Amino acid sequence: MSPRSKMILGRVAQAIPVVMGVVVISFLLTRALPGDPAAYFAGPAADEASIAEIREALGLDKSLFQQFFFYVGDLVRGDLGTSLTTGQTVTSDLAARLPASLELTLVALLLSCAIAIPLGVLAATRPGTWVDHLCRVLVTAGVSMPTFFTGIALIYVFYYIAGLAPSPLGRLDFIYLSPQHVTGFYLIDAALAGDLETWIAALKQLILPATTLALFTLAPIARMTRAAMLSALSADFIRTARAAGLGSRKILYGYAFRNALLPVVTTLGMVFSFTLGANVLVEKVFAWPGIGSYAVEALVVSDYAAVQGFVLAMALLFVVLNLIIDIAYALIDPRIGLK
Amino acid sequence: MNDNSRRNFLKLTGGTVGAAMLPFLKVLPAQAQSSGTLVVVSGQTINSLDLHRTGTNRASYQVAVNCYDRLVSFGTKEAPGGGLSYDYSVIEPELAESWTISDDGLTMTFQIKSDATFWDGRKVTAADVKWSFDRAVSAGGFPTVQMRAGGLERPDQFEAVDEETFVITLDRPSKLTLPDLAVPVPFIINSEVAMANATEDDPWAMEYLHTTPAGSGAFKVARWEQGQQLVYERNDAWVGGPLPSMERVIVREVPSPATRRALLERGDVQMSFNIPNRDAAELSDMAGIDVYSTPIENCIHCLCPNFAFEPFQDANVRRALAYAIPYEAIFQTAAYGRGVPMWGGEDEITDVAWPRPSPFATNLERARELMAASNYASGFEVPLSISLGLADWMEPTALLMQEAFAEIGIITEIERIPGANWRTAALVEKSLPLHLENFGGWLNTPDYYFFWAYKEGHLFNSSNYRNEEIEQLVDDTLHMAMDNPAYAPNVMRMFEIAFEDLPRIPLWQPALNVAMNGADGYEFWFHRQLDVRPLSTTST
Amino acid sequence: MMAGMTAPHPSRTAGQKNDTTLGHIVYVLKDNPVTMLAFAMLAFFMGCALFGPLLVPYDPLATNAARALEAPSWDHWFGTDNLGRDVFSRVVIATRLDLTISVAAVALSFVIGSILGSITGYWGGWLDAVLNRLLDTIMAFPLFVLAMGVVAALGNTIENIIYATAIINIPFYARLVRAEVNIRRNAGFAQAAKLAGNSDLRVLAVHIFPNALPPMMVQVSLNLGWAILNAAGLSFIGLGVRPPTPEWGIMVAEGANFIVSGEWWMAVFPGLWLMLAVFTFNLLGDGLRDIVDPRKRT
Repeated sequence: MSPRSKMILGRVAQAIPVVMGVVVISFLLTRALPGDPAAYFAGPAADEASIAEIREALGLDKSLFQQFFFYVGDLVRGDLGTSLTTGQTVTSDLAARLPASLELTLVALLLSCAIAIPLGVLAATRPGTWVDHLCRVLVTAGVSMPTFFTGIALIYVFYYIAGLAPSPLGRLDFIYLSPQHVTGFYLIDAALAGDLETWIAALKQLILPATTLALFTLAPIARMTRAAMLSALSADFIRTARAAGLGSRKILYGYAFRNALLPVVTTLGMVFSFTLGANVLVEKVFAWPGIGSYAVEALVVSDYAAVQGFVLAMALLFVVLNLIIDIAYALIDPRIGLK
Repeated sequence: MNDNSRRNFLKLTGGTVGAAMLPFLKVLPAQAQSSGTLVVVSGQTINSLDLHRTGTNRASYQVAVNCYDRLVSFGTKEAPGGGLSYDYSVIEPELAESWTISDDGLTMTFQIKSDATFWDGRKVTAADVKWSFDRAVSAGGFPTVQMRAGGLERPDQFEAVDEETFVITLDRPSKLTLPDLAVPVPFIINSEVAMANATEDDPWAMEYLHTTPAGSGAFKVARWEQGQQLVYERNDAWVGGPLPSMERVIVREVPSPATRRALLERGDVQMSFNIPNRDAAELSDMAGIDVYSTPIENCIHCLCPNFAFEPFQDANVRRALAYAIPYEAIFQTAAYGRGVPMWGGEDEITDVAWPRPSPFATNLERARELMAASNYASGFEVPLSISLGLADWMEPTALLMQEAFAEIGIITEIERIPGANWRTAALVEKSLPLHLENFGGWLNTPDYYFFWAYKEGHLFNSSNYRNEEIEQLVDDTLHMAMDNPAYAPNVMRMFEIAFEDLPRIPLWQPALNVAMNGADGYEFWFHRQLDVRPLSTTST
Repeated sequence: MMAGMTAPHPSRTAGQKNDTTLGHIVYVLKDNPVTMLAFAMLAFFMGCALFGPLLVPYDPLATNAARALEAPSWDHWFGTDNLGRDVFSRVVIATRLDLTISVAAVALSFVIGSILGSITGYWGGWLDAVLNRLLDTIMAFPLFVLAMGVVAALGNTIENIIYATAIINIPFYARLVRAEVNIRRNAGFAQAAKLAGNSDLRVLAVHIFPNALPPMMVQVSLNLGWAILNAAGLSFIGLGVRPPTPEWGIMVAEGANFIVSGEWWMAVFPGLWLMLAVFTFNLLGDGLRDIVDPRKRT
């Protein structure tokens, strides 16, 4: 076995205890939530007996250890349980809602990169000048805004006052029907169906929440770009290239930027998983039917299965993403690896 | 921006809606006559299409109302505050053609309409009724409790005599039985369809009916996307009542009240169901928008001092609280004047009207005197608990109370309890020393309210109150006919004791607010869910 | 992100003009007006936190139903809320609470993270492996949701918000310290100290750990801002401090319901104030980084 595939296997092996840890902690965390789901879901006029019946039906009368045993058993069979709030299985809830969150996060990151990377390059080429300072203040201001506040402010200005944005009603204005389900990403599905009108409508709905998230993610990307560019520009091979008389444009984009890209991509991975978690508040503000708003609702009513399912899904995403980054890194860069 | 300019702006943008409707037509061709479609927004989410299922939430009861029939229904009357309301005093046929009650009140015989059919065209039979009633009393949880309130407890009480004759046998006569057949719970299911989809583990087809209703009601479910929308489509063969004028009603779930309001103002939707008091107060001044605020029958927002907490065992302390509450400020701030004040009533009780104002009113002097006369003259500290889920009215109420109670030496700390824990702490464990509560009884008689809220150990008696005379009075009166000569004196005695002992200090009777922009025909129901059957659009 | 950073003691990298730490700070501040601004704003917020209760024109808890929902005016600079409370007074008073929450949370994670990081970094072995997996597990949670879960499970109190915020920050500190300690445990000066008869604990605490402090100060400053956002976010979804205590997140959340009807001031002013406070800490973090190591400025 080559050292490289050994390293990849090792990395996968390392992820296993993490996933197990997430399963245990999420189980304990939900059981520590206050309140009695049985009493809550028994309805407005239920008596002791009917609450007890529901408790039994939910398996909540068993000991904690037995409950955990059943939970893991179900997990192994791929059964995440049924959400009491929505009445659907958690698997189908997540399948329906994850694409909404992913679409929002990806669009936000694209937008963020489109602004942050040029800003970072600009700042790196003029370190210490007012341009540098301005870039720094701008991106820092972005990361300083609480997303829920930015969201509300944007809605107020662009929907209520200016009337430019569509009503913050989730993924599509209610007069449209969702495009036929292929990937769950409305932009892609609408494009596949060749339905331009729905595509534009979906994009319009995305603009405000994506902007909100993008503002929040400018700083890490811009900072990393700047730092990576600075170190690339001061590297020996750039000096050599300069000495050889290559044009500054060619040096900047042809050599320095290309070399700075790797750390930026790594940062992007981290920012992505962080943003997916930070979605919670933005989704609430924009009535976005994603997994973040789902988690908030489930947590407030102690909907065990839903909370566990959400946490597990997010943790798996995080682990897989990191794994991919690590492996990609090892494949791209032969100097890294064997550790 | 002032109100005027915003309204102009909304009108302007409203103009583009016509064109934007186009894609909808593309997908739903039946909608070509857009006058046949009504769009309603609501903040609540529907989590099941089967009321009997464990965990079905309140908002889902509307499916039982709109898609299924019961044997009987309530009549209609003019509502206080405009619009229509159900009429508790009139029982009308729905699936039953007629019914007779034996002289001893123990046997009820129903004749089922011979032309009634389910959506699949099969005739509705007494066997379907029996199966559905058996299911309601066997499902456990809320449906079973509600059936029991009307004396319907066991399957052996129900008998399908022939195809069109259904008989209920009661253990004792009760004035609550017939009204209890008109609540959403005893709805009639197409038992053949259900049984075809039942399994050994699931004999009542809970899983199937959860997503696929099978009834005879005025509307079928054309489409249900949980968390987003429910589309009702008219059943043209309905015989339960006058055929609805709308062919299609879309109930769209929009969590943010601000967004719901904007949609209604812009005319993008015709109706917003259950809007906040503040929006109701402000929208009612706007041209073109009709707001109905119907006081919810048999429902009172109360402050509950818990008898398990020692200082509240002192009658002077409870009365001091009742005099210290700044009722008017609370009613204006938390309810925006929507609802009916429940303070400053007459001292003498001469009728059985309920809810009725308590004889207390804000009087800090009197409150201080009472505190001085109590065993807690130097005051005490107590948490004042509110539910996070009901924070919209509970929080301002609690804040204003906190300030007022500090004046008489009662120092409160406001404790916000999350929804899941609220029921457990307040109603099941009854462990909150001082809290706000808002029980409302479906069956509209005062003794029914007292049964739930003043009898020891009953769910909504969150004050741990016990009074021997009340226990006896409620037991005597609960099933007694309202024209029984003992009824009125019994009920009035209950009122007297309630205001004397004050385990629940009434604040106001809340209102259910509905705003309409281009719709008509709204009818208020005790179950506080939307009955879409009588709705229509007004041509604009 | 900071893990790979080797930060020598500030005085050793001090500027050309002056060879003292103070001199270097003055040099960096002069060179960087933005950091100067950050320090000025920090002073302002500290002032609000310390003297706010003496300065505000109204009792932040006193309701006045007659003057509810008034627009900003000379009497009420930031307007009044739905209970007639003065928004300006509430915003200023809330400074102390919000800063306390973030400082306490960051201090807690600093201490716990330092201890865990030092131990694992110095001794390594199975302890290191176990702790690393544990930190990985915490990091694999969506952090904000983990904080929500902790507060929901333990109850809505200020202490629990602090604990929740501290828990999600611990991995960052532990990682940072572990890396710094790990690099130096076999360094010459550490070996020398050990040979001189110092115990492991003493070497670790006195000789090795202080080297990790400069990069940690940067992390602290950035984290303070993040902790404020976190606490405000928790309040926004209803898991924050109890009413009527003024807190920025709750005020924005409550104000959000009034924006449609035109009462924008209830949400906008607390929101802006909150943003400025976080902005201050973030700029400060950048500034501190300059002081610690100018070459690494990003």
